[in-house]
Amino acid sequence: MMRTAISRQTALLLLGLLLLIAASFYSLVLKWGELFSADALRSGLEFVRGFSPPELAWSFLSRILDATLETFSMSALSTLIAVVFGVVLALPASRRLGAVPYAVIRFLLNVLRSIPELVWASILLIAAGLGPFAGTLALAAHTTGVLGRLFADALENLPPAPEASLRINGASPLAAFFYAALPQAMPQLLSYTLYRWENNIRAAAVLGVVGAGGLGQMLKYHLSLFQMPQAATVIIAMLAMVALVDAISFWLRRSLTR
Amino acid sequence: MNRLPLPALKYCGSGMLVRIQHPDPAWYPRLFGILTLLIVLWPMLVYSEFKPWILFEAQSLAASWHFLASFAPPAHSGEFLHLLLVATWQTVAVATAGLTLALLGAIPLTLLAAESLSVSQIETGRMRLAGRLVRQAARWLLILLRSVPELVWALLFVRIVGLGPTAGVLAIALTYSGMLGKVYAEILDSSESQSTQVLLKNGASRLAALFYGSLPEAAPELISYTTYRWECAIRGSVVMGFVGAGGLGQRMDESLKMLAGSEVASMLIIFVLLVGAADRVSTLLRSRLD
Repeated sequence: MMRTAISRQTALLLLGLLLLIAASFYSLVLKWGELFSADALRSGLEFVRGFSPPELAWSFLSRILDATLETFSMSALSTLIAVVFGVVLALPASRRLGAVPYAVIRFLLNVLRSIPELVWASILLIAAGLGPFAGTLALAAHTTGVLGRLFADALENLPPAPEASLRINGASPLAAFFYAALPQAMPQLLSYTLYRWENNIRAAAVLGVVGAGGLGQMLKYHLSLFQMPQAATVIIAMLAMVALVDAISFWLRRSLTR
Repeated sequence: MNRLPLPALKYCGSGMLVRIQHPDPAWYPRLFGILTLLIVLWPMLVYSEFKPWILFEAQSLAASWHFLASFAPPAHSGEFLHLLLVATWQTVAVATAGLTLALLGAIPLTLLAAESLSVSQIETGRMRLAGRLVRQAARWLLILLRSVPELVWALLFVRIVGLGPTAGVLAIALTYSGMLGKVYAEILDSSESQSTQVLLKNGASRLAALFYGSLPEAAPELISYTTYRWECAIRGSVVMGFVGAGGLGQRMDESLKMLAGSEVASMLIIFVLLVGAADRVSTLLRSRLD
């Protein structure tokens, strides 16, 4: 009996999913015809062919290097800011300061987290002006939401004994947190931080599309002028930077968390 | 007790140098770490033009205040809400259609890339050269697909197919087939492969071995990852609206450019609700698997 009930529910679920997929394809005005017409194929090929060879003039490469360093700094700095705020907010969000702060901060973290970096960037442009500073703040805002929640969960799931024994022996709450809870949670916090940094470098690369500096801004600029060789170089620089950060992060992860 | 590298020295009244140890043995390494961090940090602050005081200049304070003040009350005229509803559905539809196409691309690539389905490996313990080449090619393709950010794919497709949801669907399809293919292959390779191996050894075809050996084993994990990706695709589909791929993002871009705070406010609310709902649905689906 149990089995048929479950399978009926599963069948309903599957039906719902299929309906969702069908409705999606039905309601979107997708231009497949245009995409696969001989005309589009030709212009598409031409478009792709425009990418090679990538622009490699020295003056352009030095601008690329500048933008790459800008993007890199945005991602690293914003991750650092997010770690600081994340830890601070994780304290109330892990039920250390009572029920009301818990609910308020959890809600705040949810809002910070559910608005993507790019939306944050386009809002913060108004306060911070065009440029990488707005991008840094945007990345930091979103990442604070993500890390705050992950950190809070990590702190909540710690075995309570070490911190409790420090407290019982007269250590202040802050000392007990710094010498018992934080070292215990550290490997996990570091691992989350590196994971977010890997994410942020990808996000930082594209944030410029709304005017927040870095490689994205260059890409948008050259694409809108149909300067394909330059755009190709920017994309290659993005890929190289992401690969480099992944490698650094892999190495850090191994040497820090073991 | 290990000796500290830099013992603190203090001149005492009696004229003797006495070695004072900080109560925390990790104090000096920690101080050193923070100093290094500050030195590394400096060029980054310069490069990212980190000037927080800009936020508090009279001009930008006035602009922010003006914009934030127009948030309340959020726009809620019937016409606007209808517009929002259409845009929200378009966002969900782009994510769903994109992910469906991504699945169509990812599944064949997974079958090529997964090592546990290698027939030649069973016989000789190593893969045949042709098999290895095809497998490596599939992996490179997957890496290429997922390394280019979805927003960049979207920018490119907007140039080819013009503004509208088609570019968004294609961008999600390409990026996510790369991600799904990689993770699917990893899941299949890391799951208990004994039944698959037995099936293959007894002459079952690769597809049969997949359906009766690997899939039942790995299905919960595969489905769980797919739902998680669907949730990500919804977020991605909003973002791609900013480069002209339709949906909520495009509307938000327009409202932001006109500094229409009340419209931005209602869209942010819808946005938080949408992401929350996707989160809920995906948690629900995943919890049903346990």
